[in-house]
Amino acid sequence: MPAKLTDNLFAPDIKQVPIRNGYGDGLMVLGKENPNVIVLCCDLTESTRSQEFARAYPDRFVEVGVAEQNLAGLGAGMAHEGKIPFITSYATFSPGRNWDQIRVSICYSGNNVKIVGSHAGISVGPDGATHQAMEDIAMTRVLPRMSVLVPCDALEARKATVASAKFNGPVYIRLAREKTPQFTTEETPFEIGRAFIFRQGKDCTIAAAGPQVYYALQAADQLSKEGIECEVINLVSVKPIDEPTLVTSVKKTGCVVSAEEHQITGGVGGAVAEVLSRNFPVPQEFVGMPDHFGESGEPNELIAKWGMDSKAIIAAVKKVIQRKR
Amino acid sequence: MTIQQLEQKANEIRQDIIKMLVHAKSGHSAGPLGMADVFTALYFAVMNVDGKNPAAADRDRFVLSCGHICPVWYATLAHAGFFPHAELATLRKLGSRLQGHPHGEELPGAENSSGPLGQGLSQAAGMAYVGLRMSAKGGSASGGKQEPWRVYCVMSDGEQEEGQTWEAAMFAAKNKLRNLTALIDRNNIQIDGYTEDIMPLEPLAAKWEAFGWHVLEIDGHNMREIIDACNQAKAIYEKPTVIICHTIPGKGVDFMEYRYEWHGNPPGTIEPSGAPPKNEQAHIALKELRTLGGKIRSEHE
Repeated sequence: MPAKLTDNLFAPDIKQVPIRNGYGDGLMVLGKENPNVIVLCCDLTESTRSQEFARAYPDRFVEVGVAEQNLAGLGAGMAHEGKIPFITSYATFSPGRNWDQIRVSICYSGNNVKIVGSHAGISVGPDGATHQAMEDIAMTRVLPRMSVLVPCDALEARKATVASAKFNGPVYIRLAREKTPQFTTEETPFEIGRAFIFRQGKDCTIAAAGPQVYYALQAADQLSKEGIECEVINLVSVKPIDEPTLVTSVKKTGCVVSAEEHQITGGVGGAVAEVLSRNFPVPQEFVGMPDHFGESGEPNELIAKWGMDSKAIIAAVKKVIQRKR
Repeated sequence: MTIQQLEQKANEIRQDIIKMLVHAKSGHSAGPLGMADVFTALYFAVMNVDGKNPAAADRDRFVLSCGHICPVWYATLAHAGFFPHAELATLRKLGSRLQGHPHGEELPGAENSSGPLGQGLSQAAGMAYVGLRMSAKGGSASGGKQEPWRVYCVMSDGEQEEGQTWEAAMFAAKNKLRNLTALIDRNNIQIDGYTEDIMPLEPLAAKWEAFGWHVLEIDGHNMREIIDACNQAKAIYEKPTVIICHTIPGKGVDFMEYRYEWHGNPPGTIEPSGAPPKNEQAHIALKELRTLGGKIRSEHE
């Protein structure tokens, strides 16, 4: 049974919410639930949606200023004292600027810090390439002990935030700035370490994370009209990755397309390939950024130009199915 | 311990440092020897720590930022009873808890892992912030004391070149972390040469003052001065304190003193001008520490 999603999945008026909002909502849940949860932020309190928590729990909010290396180190020190720090910035700066601190002060030291990178992906748009984190999944998932979560909508971001506080160990949560469809529901399952089948099909597996999950569903809907049935997997937990769900799916479909708003090198597609090449090798096509920096533009223009939308996924599915034969 | 007993302890720790390094065949010599007096003072006269109960809630926290001087830390921890003295021989060996650079999780008495420079003060500030602003004060956790446990952070002078050090300095000053004391090993050397040639740090005290810290400058080999400075820091209420410890790299071993060549090399591996032959270095160093001892010799001088 595929996971429950909204009924109006492809309605033009589907609710649009920035994924980062779910983080703010999750923090408010945690504020009430767990007094050890604290939030640190680097001069981006409103835009990372830490504001509401900061107002409601001023004693548990720490303004760090524009100092991401210190952000990671402070988080490590506070975690060492039993707090559960959510260190918050834009993904280009954290983990972009402070990877060494995340590696040594947090991961190697076994400190229970949650790293929240907002404004990830090319959909940041007009700010341009400097602010478009397209490398953060690779940087974080390579670190021993790190878990990597890439929520597909705001509701899932809320669940990921709450779940990560209960999970003992460093977690990276990747958030996006732009409004994207709110298509999961309260009943849609979420668990760190598990992937979820959002649509069943027999011809091709699409393993996607982040906003690309919705594009994958759109692509699958289109392809179905042409007689191609895709299985869409929400790979929200990029690490630890759900090997059985992936392997079981490709055993049925015989091919896979990965889709992400990230460099193809080292990203979600790489994680999928690492699993399948060891367990059940099948042809794979990669939808993502082809080893390039982004540029300024409107989010939808950039997603289309650089081939990370449903159209790109449709083309990749057709190509990979050809390779199956 | 009396001052004399502390000096004797520091001498024993120096001897252990030489033995560990010779056994390991790699590692840093000058920094550990130069900081033996500071570490001895901290662990045997200043900090509230207990080798038999390394996780006590009200213990003072010690953060080593410049992980490469860990031989002096390991030797001091062993002397303070955190782990068996015999374990010192495992430094840098496969399966050892005494990693080439410290792995905090494995080592009793260690609060952090370090090696990449500039990371310690941020972690120390994070701990101090929780201790001062996020913990119940005066409760049972702090033994009924009004002041929370303190955090001590040892940094090298070379890592004053790291930007993160100053990010942390700003944060600690902004938040008036009076329970945080930083100690800088001002030995003037780094791997490539003398700090003022590589990247000048002076005026170092003025920099820290400008960043909002209470600054003390001491002779890092004078036990009384080290202890007094740490005690003075406890009395500074509105600021964190940094103690610039002027030290002699390689202190106690004549052919190593002041020589940056010994920053990252153990006895027996290099032969800079004026040094004895490689195969005699360890023997000469140990003999010098055992028979004369840095202190006795300097008194004669």
